[in-house]
Formats: sequence, C-alpha cells, structure tokens
Amino acid sequence: MSEAAINDFVIKLANVNGTGSASANGLLMKAIFRMGVPVVGKNVFPSNIQGLPTWYEIRVTEKGYRGRSGDVHFIVAMNAETYERDLAELSPGGVLLYDNTWPRPHFLTRPDIQVMGVPFARLCNDAFKAARSRILMKNMAYVGTVAALLDLDLDVIHQLVREMFSTKPKLIDLNLQAIALGYDYAKEHFDCPLPFSVQSRDNTAGKVMIDGNTAAGLGCVYAGATFGAWYPITPSTSLMDAFAKYCDQLRVDVDTGKHKYCIIQAEDELAAAGMIIGAAWNGARSFTPTSGPGISLMSEFIGFAYYAEIPMVLFDIQRVGPSTGMPTRTQQCDIQLCAYASHGDTRHILLFPADPGECFEMAVQAHDLAERFQTPVFVLSDIDIGMNDWMVDELTWDDSYQPDRGKVLSSKELEKIEKFHRYLDVDGDHIPYRTLPGTHPKGAYFTRGSGHNKYGGYTEDGPQYKEVVDRLRKKWKSAASKVPAPIVSPSKGKACCGIISIGSCDGAVVEARDRLEAEGLHLDYMRIRGFPFSDEVEKFVADHDEVFVVEQNRDAQLLGLLLLETDVPRKKLIPVLHYSGEPLDYHFVSNALRQAATLRKIA
Amino acid sequence: MTSFVKPHIRRKNEPVNELGLVRADYDGAMSTLCAGCGHDSVTASMARAFFELSIKPHRAVKVSGIGCSSKTTAYFLREAHGNNTVHGRMPSVATGAVAANSALTYIGVSGDGDSLSIGLGQFVHAMRRNVNMLYVLENNGVYGLTKGQFSASADLGSLAKRGAPNEMPPIDPVSLALSVGATFVARGFSGDREQLVPLIKAGLKHKGFGLIDVISPCVSFNDHKGSTKSYAHTYKYYHKAVHADYVAPSKDIKVCYDEGEIMPVEMHDGGVIRLRKLEKGFDPRDRAAAMSALANAQKEDEILTGLLHIDETHPDMHALNKMEDRPLNEIPYAELNPGGAKLHELQKGFR
Repeated sequence: MSEAAINDFVIKLANVNGTGSASANGLLMKAIFRMGVPVVGKNVFPSNIQGLPTWYEIRVTEKGYRGRSGDVHFIVAMNAETYERDLAELSPGGVLLYDNTWPRPHFLTRPDIQVMGVPFARLCNDAFKAARSRILMKNMAYVGTVAALLDLDLDVIHQLVREMFSTKPKLIDLNLQAIALGYDYAKEHFDCPLPFSVQSRDNTAGKVMIDGNTAAGLGCVYAGATFGAWYPITPSTSLMDAFAKYCDQLRVDVDTGKHKYCIIQAEDELAAAGMIIGAAWNGARSFTPTSGPGISLMSEFIGFAYYAEIPMVLFDIQRVGPSTGMPTRTQQCDIQLCAYASHGDTRHILLFPADPGECFEMAVQAHDLAERFQTPVFVLSDIDIGMNDWMVDELTWDDSYQPDRGKVLSSKELEKIEKFHRYLDVDGDHIPYRTLPGTHPKGAYFTRGSGHNKYGGYTEDGPQYKEVVDRLRKKWKSAASKVPAPIVSPSKGKACCGIISIGSCDGAVVEARDRLEAEGLHLDYMRIRGFPFSDEVEKFVADHDEVFVVEQNRDAQLLGLLLLETDVPRKKLIPVLHYSGEPLDYHFVSNALRQAATLRKIA
Repeated sequence: MTSFVKPHIRRKNEPVNELGLVRADYDGAMSTLCAGCGHDSVTASMARAFFELSIKPHRAVKVSGIGCSSKTTAYFLREAHGNNTVHGRMPSVATGAVAANSALTYIGVSGDGDSLSIGLGQFVHAMRRNVNMLYVLENNGVYGLTKGQFSASADLGSLAKRGAPNEMPPIDPVSLALSVGATFVARGFSGDREQLVPLIKAGLKHKGFGLIDVISPCVSFNDHKGSTKSYAHTYKYYHKAVHADYVAPSKDIKVCYDEGEIMPVEMHDGGVIRLRKLEKGFDPRDRAAAMSALANAQKEDEILTGLLHIDETHPDMHALNKMEDRPLNEIPYAELNPGGAKLHELQKGFR
C-alpha cells in the first residue's frame, strides 16, 4: 500500500451502469488533467446496458506513471449493490463518500476510514423535476462534492461542462446547478480540501487524453485506408466508430457529398474478413477491427490470405476468453491464437502497441507491412488500451510519409515483361510481385487457396508445393527486422536478470521496476513490440541469468512463443501472470518480482 | 497435375466482336469436370455473353467459392483475374473487391452447396446490399466433389443415386432472392443456351446484384431416374415464363413493340432489356407478381424460368454508401492524407 498524498492518490467511483456516470467521471479526470497533473483512468464496466455495477478509477500521479497502483484512497460509493465490496477495497485512512439520503449503518464497521455522507438524491429531487434529470444530475452533484474535497479548479470544470454540452446549450445551466449543489454542500459540511488533493502543475503540456481505439481509427485514416468492414463486437466497436467519424469529417467531398471511403457492417466476422481481403486484393487499403471471438471466426480467411498472399490488417482488441468469456474485461490472451491463426502451417506478423500513441503509429505500420509482405498483420491491442483514455504525447505526423504499397506491377511494367508469374521470387527477397485486376491482360492470374506452384498454377505435386510454402516461411522470417524493434531499458545498476513484457503491461512494469530499483533490485527491461521476434530478443535472454516474462494471460503465451520461436533455454524464463481481467497494477508486478528474487537470492 | 492449357486455334472467317476479338479469346483453361457436366455448358454461355457484350477480358473479375461449379472460373476469360476463395464465402470477397473498384465487371460463380448451405448467410446479405455483380448459381442438388450427398436445394422426395429419398424441404434460391429484395432474379437451364446467354448478358448489365439460378445437372451423381435435377426431369417440367434480350445503348433500339407482350426495361448504361412475355398476366417488374407466379408453378411441379424479376430503380451498394464514381483504389494518397497540421487541430478536443 502507498499513502495518499498531494497529487498522488487514487479515487474510485462506484456507479450503476446506464445512469450517465461515465461522462461525469470522464469530466473529473479531464479537469485534473487540465490542471496540469497527470492521470491514469480505468473504466471497469459490465457487459450490460443498464443496471449492473460499474467502476471508474482515476489515479492522480504527479510523476506521470502510466499504470494502476492497485490502491484506492477515495471511494465515491453511488451503488448500493456494491457497498460491501467498495468498503472492503478502501485503503486504511481512506475516505468514503456516499449518498446519505438513506442511512447506511454498515459503513461504521470500518473505524480506520473516514465516511462522508451527502444527500445527493434528496438534493437532486428537490432541485429537478424530470425523473431522468434527477438520476443524471446526481452524477454532476458528486462531481461538485469531489471538486470541493480535492480542491479542483471550478473554472476548469465549468469550461468542460460548456464544451461537453456545446450542442445542447440548455443542459449547461442544469449541469452547473447540479455541480453547485454538491460543491456548496461539501463546503458547508466538511473540512475542504482533504489532506490529499490536487494542486495545479505544468506536467501535462504537449499531452492529450485519448483512447487506443480512437487513435487506431485515426491511424487508419492517416494510413490511407479507404475500406473497412467489421462486425460489431465489444471492445473493438469504437475503433470503427472513430474511423467513420474522421472519414465523415475529412473524406467527404464538400461539393458533391460523395465519399472517398466505404465502410460495411458485415453480417458476421467471417464476412468482414472476406470483404477486407477482397478490397485489398483489388488494391484498396482495408482493415477490420475485432476481438478474440472474431479472430476465431476469421481464421479460415486468415489462412487463405496467408497462402494466397493477400494483404490483410486486423485489429484484435483483446478481451477475456475463452469463449464469450468476460467481454468487457482485459487480457492479452490471443497472442498465440494470432501468431498461428488458421489450419495448416501458418504464421503471421504481430504488432503490440503499449498505449494509444503506439496504436496510432502501428495502425500505419500495419498497413505498410501487410502490403509489403502481402500477408495478414495483426495489431494486438486490448480493452485497457483500446477503451480507456490514456495520457500520451500529442500524436504527430510526418508529412513526408508515403505509404509502402508493396510490389504491385503497373500496366507499363506489365507491358514490358514477357510473362507474369504470381508467386515467383524474382528479386530473391522471398516476396513475389502481384497485380491488380483490370490493369493489363498480361497481369491476370488465378488466386486460390488450393495447392499452387510458384507460377500460380494449381498443383498437387509435393516438391512444387514445398517450394512455395518454404518461401512463405522465409518471407515471414524476413519481417523480423521490419516490425517495430523491441525497446530495451537497461537498469541503472548491474543486472543479472531481466524482464520481458508486452503491450499494456508496460506502465505497471516500468513503475514496479523503478520501485524495485530503489530497493536495490536491478532488472533490465525489454518490451517486445513485434513478431516475428528479432535477434535482439534472443540476445536479451542470452545476456541474462533469468528473465521474468510479465503478461496478462493464464498460460504464459508470450513465454511459450519465445520458447517456440527462439533457442532460449526453458529454465531461464520465469512467468509472471496476471489474468483476473483488471488492468495490471504495479503492486502485483513488484510483489511477484520481489518474491521471485528472494526465492532465487538475486537481490 | 497442373492446369490444362487449352489450345489456341483461330478459324477462318470467325466472327469478331466490337473489340476485334473472337469467341475463343474468352476461353480459359481446359475444364477438368466430368464429360457432359451441365457446368461446362454454363461456362460456355458465360464466355459467349462476355464475347457478345464486347467486354475486354482483363476488365472482368471472376470470383467463386469451393465446389465443382466454383472451379469453372478457371475455364473462361483467361485474361481476367480470378479469385477462387473459400467455401461459401465468395460473396464477401466479391463485396470487398467491388467496393474497391466499381469500374470492372464482376461475375461470381457458385453452386447450391456453396450458396445455400455453408454460404447461405453471405449469399443473402450480398443480395441485401445490392452489390453490383452477377451471381451465377449452378444448381444440381448434390455435392459432387464429396460424391453425391444431397444439397439444400434437393427437392422433397428426390431420390439419391442409391435410392434414398430426400426428406427435407428445399431452399429455392429464386424465392429466397425475391424475399430479400434482390433486384435481378432469373432462372435458366444449362441445356438451353438460347435462353441462358441473353440472361447472362442482361445480368451483367444490370446495376446491382443479379442472380441467375441455373439448373445444371450432375451427370455423375444426380442424373438418374427419380432425381428432380436430372436432364430428363428438367426438360419435362421446364416452363419458360419470360425471355430477356439485352440491347446495347449503341444499337438502334427498334423493337417490334407489341403492347402486353414486349416490355422494355431501361438500364443504367442506357441500354434496354426487352422482356418477352411467354405467359399472360405476368409482369417481372412486379415483385409480388413474380412471387405468386413462382408459388403457382411450384404447386404444378413446373420449373419456372426466364427473367422473373427486375428492378433497376433500387440503389446499388455504391449508391447506398454515397461513394464517388472513381474507384477507391485510384484515389491518390495525397487526397486521403489529412496532414500533420490537421492532426494537431483534431487533437484540440483531446485536451
């Protein structure tokens, strides 16, 4: 446990979903961000539309750590269903704020915390007439109370309310009134601010708050994608929503109203996969966002695209499996599924973003790699990255960027060559040339998922078949130096052991390592960002006695992949596994590493 | 075994089309289907239709799923790209391909197994979207490559080769197409090219999804006595309702117009489909009439053929998605890239 302090504490808001709490909680986080203090926000929500428990956690971290801490210092308990659980979670010395319109004597069972009651329901019932307003305005009322207790800048909050309702100006006054109700009540009844509160800083300049799905959707716009197909699935839906929104803003001809893009909501994930393959085969940059269950369904087409060598970009916003699993909870459980998706010998290119900034960059890289290597490329995000607002450096764009459309023969080039063969390795780089339909009579070929030889003809001949699949493996392997390189952070002291991790584990791993370093435990850290693994990955393991592999799944999928794809010895890799479905926190990582280190007498 | 190469033979005084091409220029690889297979006849009809319409072979795209029928895309238009996708999933690949480049002519070839069992969902949704393509469903009531299992189009009581009757009702692609709003619905027979070639031409020129259900008997597994998809059965119960001829816009459209008998339907390219009614009181432009004619024919055990429904007014996928005429794959990146300054501006909302 860590003590709460100025600009360093965690506030958790317990709500009922479907009551409008999400926007109120987002407003609180944004207000702190605008006061120049870094924040980490996590929305833990149910797979439901209305009535089930939902939590929003805001970590205020002046030092700008990017993961959860695992502590809760301040609970806003607005859901009677979860009072017991919320009460139990609160750190000693913490504060619990609740709606005392009705008495809740059981809060008195914890003498080590401070309980504060505000009659939110009564205040709102007295102030507002409409039944829906009374529910919605309770959220804004607690925003006011929290603002008073944490000394938040009211001007910032008022400005945010005006922005939030800029299209519905009638609601501005109503919401400001509700905020004032909670604020004034707190000022009158409590000592404000609390010992832990927010003080303005200048630590968020040049930063933005954005979620990974929005960033990835925006990345697809900048990559020049013109076609997207998808089947709605939590938690990937907002990625296509973002793409659609930005296309609508940026890709509609002002005079004619005509679109320079096409988005199709498919009948299922199988069709979504087929559509993006058809579009890419025909020369349009295309992509599909999905989640694990969608990858299972798309596997047939993924094998087709792999074998017929058609570019394909898939975003897997991972959620907890197996089967339907926990659709709104996070995990990194599709690593091996995606690495080898589909029947037969298949292997794919994977990219692992760690935050929304990398979602944006890797969305562009994924399109370049898919067209360069003429193969499926997966961007493995997850709910934590995809659906939470993260504070990241403002996204930037290099205006000199030109998409890598890969080896596509033009009409002129076809005119010059004697005969075109689709799967011939002309340049010795394992990548054949392709042609687009309609270009030139000489460019025609027959695309098939059945056995084919290097000329593109049908075959059932062993040596001819092997020639093609052997090249495919070499082609895949050659992508190791083209995927984003791993990032290595050497320890300040001499380290005999290391950490390997991936994706959304990064924030918690970085913080755990910092804190262990302060305790004298030195660990080097490598974050893997792409698959196939580059030689650096194997070297990192070779250079250390032992390596902790931190990931969010039960079966140590990344560790397994390292064993399968490199020559590292099994006993050198020690799994650190988190798979409860909640975003990883640094306490979990530091505890696991500390324990392992003690056991091995490393420190 | 590699694909067979069909010999290129030119005859003297062979008729040429507007492009100066002969019919053989629309051939593909040699068929590897059984001798007498209905599908080969359909392949020849498709090649002829493209030839007669003077479509540049390399400006056509052939797509198919898996099965005997789907193999046939290799047997015509050797200069066109083909995509032999996965079982039952051709409509989705076609949808993406059509979205990427609307300037080409798309033909999908599928079978009753590919379309009505494993691919029923995609088949129906492509019709709903009104994807601009012609979809030829070569219908023989059985799975050939796996040796003669009934397909979903097998009629009630139809007998398998070894005598077992089919006991489940069939899915009729034509009735299905009418019920989900398909805009061009026809039925033909591989044994009647005189009817089939004009149907294919009209279907290729239709703006939107065109379905032609072609009864195409399987000589190896479903051409025996007791089968309702045999040559003999089809000839016996064959009923032509409407004949369709496509007249290109360049041609002088002078039809001997007999009120009530010939109905012209204007096409998007300025051409005209002339519908010749073979049946009184049946207007293919009326979906409800087509459905009722079909139901009546089924009651009489008749196989109703011809262009049974056409609707040129419903917007196709491109129009529904407000897409510009220029193919997506021809839009230069400079027009798609909003640029760094815009990115900065867009992020003001994220602060």
